[in-house]
Amino acid sequence: MELSLSNLQIEILLTLVKIPIVLGVIFTIVPIMVWLERRGSAAMQDRVGPVQAHVFGFTLWGFPHLVADAIKFFTKESFLPSRANRFYFTLAPAMVLAPSMLAFAVIPWADDIRLDTWDTGLGYVWSAGKVVLEEGLVIHNSIARLEAGVIYIFAISSLSVLGVILAGWASGSKYPLLGAVRTSSQMLSYELVLGLAALPIFLIYASLEPNQIAQRQGEIIWFLWIIPLPKWGFILQPVGCILFIIAAFAECNRSPFDLPEGEAELVAGYHTEYSGMKFAMFMTAEFVAMITMSALISTLFFGGWQVPYCNTQCLQTFFVKILPADMWQLSIHLTAGLQVGMFCLKTAFFLWLYVWVRWTVPRFRYDQLMHLGWKVLLPIGMANVVVTAIVMAIVYFR
Amino acid sequence: MKNNNGWKVNIYLWELVKGLGVTIRHMINNLTGRTKRATIRYPDEKREIPLRTRGLHRLLKRPDGGARCVACMMCATACPAECIYIEANEVEPHIEKAPMRFDIDLLRCVFCGYCAEACPCDAIRMDTGVYSLTGYDRKDMVITMDKLLQGKGMEGSRPDDLPPKTLPGVFRAPGAGEHKH
Repeated sequence: MELSLSNLQIEILLTLVKIPIVLGVIFTIVPIMVWLERRGSAAMQDRVGPVQAHVFGFTLWGFPHLVADAIKFFTKESFLPSRANRFYFTLAPAMVLAPSMLAFAVIPWADDIRLDTWDTGLGYVWSAGKVVLEEGLVIHNSIARLEAGVIYIFAISSLSVLGVILAGWASGSKYPLLGAVRTSSQMLSYELVLGLAALPIFLIYASLEPNQIAQRQGEIIWFLWIIPLPKWGFILQPVGCILFIIAAFAECNRSPFDLPEGEAELVAGYHTEYSGMKFAMFMTAEFVAMITMSALISTLFFGGWQVPYCNTQCLQTFFVKILPADMWQLSIHLTAGLQVGMFCLKTAFFLWLYVWVRWTVPRFRYDQLMHLGWKVLLPIGMANVVVTAIVMAIVYFR
Repeated sequence: MKNNNGWKVNIYLWELVKGLGVTIRHMINNLTGRTKRATIRYPDEKREIPLRTRGLHRLLKRPDGGARCVACMMCATACPAECIYIEANEVEPHIEKAPMRFDIDLLRCVFCGYCAEACPCDAIRMDTGVYSLTGYDRKDMVITMDKLLQGKGMEGSRPDDLPPKTLPGVFRAPGAGEHKH
């Protein structure tokens, strides 16, 4: 039996398959992040953390607490403050959650897969033969492929600022409004730094598409002419990397930039008046933004899905060498699998960094935060762009 | 925003890394078991309390079984929270004064220990070591004489036949001070 599908049909089909899988993964990682935050912070602070919730007597290291959290969020009374604007109050959590989730759409978790005739190689998915494809089908290992991918991420993330302002204003009370104003001004300021820190990366790798940036980080450069290093972003742009990481922390309102949610200062900032599922949406939005930012940091500066010193070509030839001839198609899947593993490892490291830094550093006062964003990081970012451009011009025109 | 830290500290990045080192060291030591975490898992584990901790009160008995208390009202008078209520009566044939009712309102009690210090007969002590008192109603939190007489001192506390050390001058040996007739 032979099935003939056009490239477009394949792409639509695959996107429809990818979306629920990626959403599922993200919404699984969010509770795991909550668990990591609680138990990791407890380990760092010489305490035990929540381990009371148990399943038939098995404490399971505190994981049942995540289920307990979910139950709590679903069953809590969801009320509306008397002075709140009902429509915007209900809309605001969605406006914060949606951009965070959308921004993940262009992030690649493995390299493109080039196929002609697709014999799955695993033997059991299509038991009756092959699917015949058009020439040069390329499967993109991200939900969407946009030429201006990273710009899309920055643009969509900026929309969540709107959601925050809406949440604060529509709550109809003072603390949320103050918190929302602070949050929005903080997020705006650090958006600038984020963009400026990423700009030299676009110059160096000559692309805005995250997958191409990740691909071009597979080359080797020779540090001091003798040490081979992968051409990763943080090696070519250490200053930019640090700036980006700092701005990513500020974008997600995470310590040390979490004054908007500082309990001592502002009760709970812009989500004071929210309870139950709406609050859960805010929390989820924060963690999803963290996941997106971690994935972005690892893609722009740390090679994304790149295995160090082995680019896709190298990995595929390696697998072809060690596999018998009738399993050669499997090399593509094995390579992709390895790359997905690397991507997950790097993203997981940055997610851990988010938690780690939160419990290490005291939070910045609001004016210190603003001073840092505008008077320190922005000039450094601009200088970084100028210096990079000059160096690139010299190298290119030599 | 000047401070005296110098520019190397104000860059903050190296300080941050040092801080991260402290945190990760704590975490690794806690996870590998090199340091014990400070949490006490109440109620499975309880903190060890000193012997002098003032817990729930108890009334002590004479060798013959009756309460030592002679209803002199010194504890009720000394109590700053006015939580002790005593009604006295004589007990035939030989005891001039003994409490008929001895109630302590535990919700008023501040556990200061003045009643135990004031008592001239070492009749009331606060060495049970019970510090967790619960009840569903305010009525349930008033402890009566029968419960008070059932109390036991905690492990290692002063034995029942020895008086408290705070009142050497008014010690009466067991058996002394019984009425002679």
